Amino acid sequence: MTIQAQLLIAVLAPLVGAILAGLLGKKIGKVATHRVTIAGVLISFIISVRWFFGFLWGDATAVDVTVYEWARFGEVTIQIGFLLDSLTSIMMLVVTFVSLMVHIYSIGYMHDDSGYQRFFSYISLFTFSMLMLVMSNNFLQLFFGWEAVGVVSYLLIGFWYQKDSATFANMKAFLVNRVGDFGFLLGIGAIFLLFGTFDYAPIFKTMGQAEELVSLGSQQKVNALALVGLDHSFPVWGELEWSAISFICICLFIGAMGKSAQVPLHVWLPDSMEGPTPISALIHAATMVTAGVFMVARMSPLFEFSETALGMVTLIGAITALFMGLVAIVQNDIKRIIAYSTLSQLGYMVVALGVSAYSAAIFHLFTHAFFKALLFLGAGSVIVALHHEQDIRKMGGLYKKLPITYWCTLIGTLALIGTPLFSGFYSKDTIISAVAASEGGFSGFAHFAVLAGVLVTAIYSIRLLILVFHGKTRMEQEQFNHLTESPRVITWPLIALAIPSLLAGFVFAKDLLFRSFFDDSIMVLEQHDVLASVEQYFGDALSFALHGVMSPVFLMLVAGVVIAIVVYGWAPRFITMWAVFLKPVKKLLEKKYFFDEFNQYVFARGSHWLGQVFWRYGDKAVIDEGIIDGGTNAIKVIASKVRKLQTGYLFHYALFMLIGLVGFLAWLLFKG
Amino acid sequence: MLEQLPVLSLLIWLPLLSGILVLLSPGDKMLVWSQRFGVVVSLAVLALSVWLLAAFDTTTAEFQFVERGDWIPSLNIGYELGVDGIALPLVVLTGLINLLVLFGSTHSVKFRQTQFVAAVLLLTGAMNGVFLAQDSILFYVFWEAMLIPMFLMIGIWGGPNRIYATIKFFLYTFFGSIFMLVALIYMGRETGDFSIQAMQDMPLSGTEQSWIFWAFLLAFAVKIPMVPVHTWLPDAHVEAPTGGSVILAAIMLKMGGYGFLRFSLPIAPDAAGAYANLIIVLSLIAIVYIGFVALAQKDMKKLIAYSSIAHMGFVTLGTFIILKLINMDAQSMAVQGAMVQMVSHGLVSGALFFCIGVLYDRLHTRNISDYGGVVNSMPVFATLLMLFIFANAGLPGTSGFVGEFFVIISSFQADWRIALFAGLTLVLGAAYSLWFYKRVIFGKAANDKIERLDDINIRERSVLIILALLVIALGVYPQFLINIMQPSIEQLIQLTNSSKLGG
Repeated sequence: MTIQAQLLIAVLAPLVGAILAGLLGKKIGKVATHRVTIAGVLISFIISVRWFFGFLWGDATAVDVTVYEWARFGEVTIQIGFLLDSLTSIMMLVVTFVSLMVHIYSIGYMHDDSGYQRFFSYISLFTFSMLMLVMSNNFLQLFFGWEAVGVVSYLLIGFWYQKDSATFANMKAFLVNRVGDFGFLLGIGAIFLLFGTFDYAPIFKTMGQAEELVSLGSQQKVNALALVGLDHSFPVWGELEWSAISFICICLFIGAMGKSAQVPLHVWLPDSMEGPTPISALIHAATMVTAGVFMVARMSPLFEFSETALGMVTLIGAITALFMGLVAIVQNDIKRIIAYSTLSQLGYMVVALGVSAYSAAIFHLFTHAFFKALLFLGAGSVIVALHHEQDIRKMGGLYKKLPITYWCTLIGTLALIGTPLFSGFYSKDTIISAVAASEGGFSGFAHFAVLAGVLVTAIYSIRLLILVFHGKTRMEQEQFNHLTESPRVITWPLIALAIPSLLAGFVFAKDLLFRSFFDDSIMVLEQHDVLASVEQYFGDALSFALHGVMSPVFLMLVAGVVIAIVVYGWAPRFITMWAVFLKPVKKLLEKKYFFDEFNQYVFARGSHWLGQVFWRYGDKAVIDEGIIDGGTNAIKVIASKVRKLQTGYLFHYALFMLIGLVGFLAWLLFKG
Repeated sequence: MLEQLPVLSLLIWLPLLSGILVLLSPGDKMLVWSQRFGVVVSLAVLALSVWLLAAFDTTTAEFQFVERGDWIPSLNIGYELGVDGIALPLVVLTGLINLLVLFGSTHSVKFRQTQFVAAVLLLTGAMNGVFLAQDSILFYVFWEAMLIPMFLMIGIWGGPNRIYATIKFFLYTFFGSIFMLVALIYMGRETGDFSIQAMQDMPLSGTEQSWIFWAFLLAFAVKIPMVPVHTWLPDAHVEAPTGGSVILAAIMLKMGGYGFLRFSLPIAPDAAGAYANLIIVLSLIAIVYIGFVALAQKDMKKLIAYSSIAHMGFVTLGTFIILKLINMDAQSMAVQGAMVQMVSHGLVSGALFFCIGVLYDRLHTRNISDYGGVVNSMPVFATLLMLFIFANAGLPGTSGFVGEFFVIISSFQADWRIALFAGLTLVLGAAYSLWFYKRVIFGKAANDKIERLDDINIRERSVLIILALLVIALGVYPQFLINIMQPSIEQLIQLTNSSKLGG
């Protein structure tokens, strides 16, 4: 089979599943629906595994294939096509694996839902869209995938469309993402202006030439850009001008901020928890929200040449990593805690991008996909067992009743907080070390933020674990006694995700971070190569873990765990004390820094108000009443005559128009 | 076989004569037959235009299937027809939309149905005439003739405030086209030839061009419509019956865009260059200002009408941005964007007005606040409407994205700040479209009338599915359309780029 055919099958199999489930779902029934969609995703998964290990073991080389020409103007062609390299292959693996697990899990989770077929159709459609996004070899298709995943996310957040909160949340998610996409589209416009193409390959080639000039040591970055013809700048206002590369990178990053939910475009993600839990795991933790991180890594050849953009990326990521983690501490909805945790972890990935540790960002994306999907699905298992109760204040002591869920969640939690040997440890420790080694803009603040973030992560994660699974239950005893572990179709995917959550770091860290795995897809300038300094003390996975135990990061981790155990486990009175002392802070966190209130009043109501003002005073008062009706009054005589003509007989109208035409032609003839 | 026939004449006169025939038929006694006859005739028109599409040579910018005859020889006014890549897609669109209207919407008209059928057939012929005429006076005759059936449609089958809307519609459009007529006569007398080709070739001084440009601008700006001469459109839409709204939005608005491309740019290129900034600013106002206005609408039809104005802003922007560009590929991208936007808007807004008609037929109200939770009783309808709503919001993969994308990207090449304002549609368009959808479709059924609604029937379903398939096809493979238009658009750009001043 040709590579092109193979890639097409990988992309189209989930689409076929989605179409069949969507159109024929009701006819073929529930079982056939989930079988056909799972089969589609399974095919994609098998192809993805093959390619990932191909790149890992070095037997595969990058391929760039065109499927068809979407549009052509003279010299400019816009195509649909695939770029398959190491970065694509790891994304494909993550997407198809988590998607497969979520498909299986949903058989149990959505069992009694009347929208069963619709749900499977959507998640398969999502898998197709996400694959289009990560496998694209050009900006048009990237943008297609980018928006398509947004739409499926919209459909799934509003899956229970009778709930007002759900349909509000999905609209909010789509609109906030559109703000990001607006920046993204401008970035694509700038790319076309600068490079005259939408395809990655020529862009990377040009940037590669610039990199060579820089790495030979003979050129400064600015000069190198000038030599390859990229020293363009855009007028902003008066004398002020922006360099084209920085403009492009900042615009693209605005797009990433929308999709990867970075402050201040993060507001949609917590609300997206209105959707069914399996999609929170798939879309709002493991895959779609990491699209922004993927895109920046994909565009590393551009970002490397803009210190301004990298500084901005670092700053935004650091703010998100720390401040969103803090919000998680005061949340009481089990899914929202994990959602804020996701925001914070996305912040870590973005920080890594900002300090040019792209492969560390992708590696954290990789491990995070497993343990965060695990945590969400674990939460889902709890929610199902408790008949859709999500308030952790009404839980407690569940570890006896839900042992498999508990152990899996424990593994996920330990991975999330970065316990040595667990997958999250390798990715997060690498990021922290990379930030420490970086000299880029805002890297000092970022170092503080990611370190403090470790403490915060440990506190909210252990709090969640304790309040849900340990202590005495706060449920009604009757209900508690009747609790049973979720069925196997739910627990097996948990176990399947727990394994990589535990091992992915230990097994893959060295290959993905410090060997040449990403060499064909990610470009890092020599002066930015912070991972080289981390590599010094990364002998092997085990010694890195030992090194980790002796670092300040581990101290923060232990401190966080101890604080959480003391405050939430042993001495619950501390909670009330801290509530008294830190009331204003708690209020600020509970209100999530008032972002929602601000957006609601300023943007939502403001726009509506502005629309009404424009309509009443612009269209109605000035144009209609002022000009048109004024003019009409002036020729009232004509108007009243026209009104008399409204006899309603087609014949009359036709006659009058005929007379008009004849008169006109007669006039023409006489004039001639 | 068809090669020997005067296909273009058939496209015009078959529906026109059939319309007259229906008008003369013994009225409502023959109702069913006249409806069937209407569908068959419009099916034939669509078949002819599709045949035209298949037989069309996409390698040349020359006019094809040309027919020449005498009309008023003393004045050199000829009966000249021809089709190029710019007219062809609009002719096919006309055939399709009118067929769908006759098939899908005559049933919502409750009286004088035969005359409604006749009006649609007359409209079809006249609109084809506008796109196919190569003589300016012939063009003008069809241009005005097309108004009559539309005028009647709103006046006879319209809503309670139809008289106000018809007069506004008539005065606005008539006011605009009178100036166009003056310009045409002036040029015709100067060259002694009324063919459009002769007008494109004739030398014109800067002052002449300015006058002519403004005369055309008044006609086309009202038609498309541009801010600030747009306020007739929401009123006309609100009062028009479903079929009238569909034709108005899907085809009649495109006359303005077609006029800019056929007359304004090639005849007065220097004036177009001089006033391009003005048009660009007005287009941006249409996109942003009207986007906000649409957000405040409480009437479904008004909302979609305002959304149409904002979408037409991309047509005028794409058309006039080429005067600010030097790279010819970017220029063709811009004009292609404008053209694709016209075709796409024809499909999408047509479908949206159909959808509103579906709801109106059932509940007899257009107030958004009277609805809510329609998805519970009409899931198939809700699914199809969602596709059109997303196409309206410019989602990639649907036709609505293609035109906007090309226009925004090519505007960026001229000045990124133009793209900045145009790009706001991404947020505004999504905001008014999705908020509309949420209020009408999502939630619990707002009242028991909504709970008892019947989902769309076979007739409504087939109309919407045909449009849906085309919206997706055009979004996935726009090159099909681009390929047809490219030679003509390149020639148009060359005409626009070459100054008529100083030789």
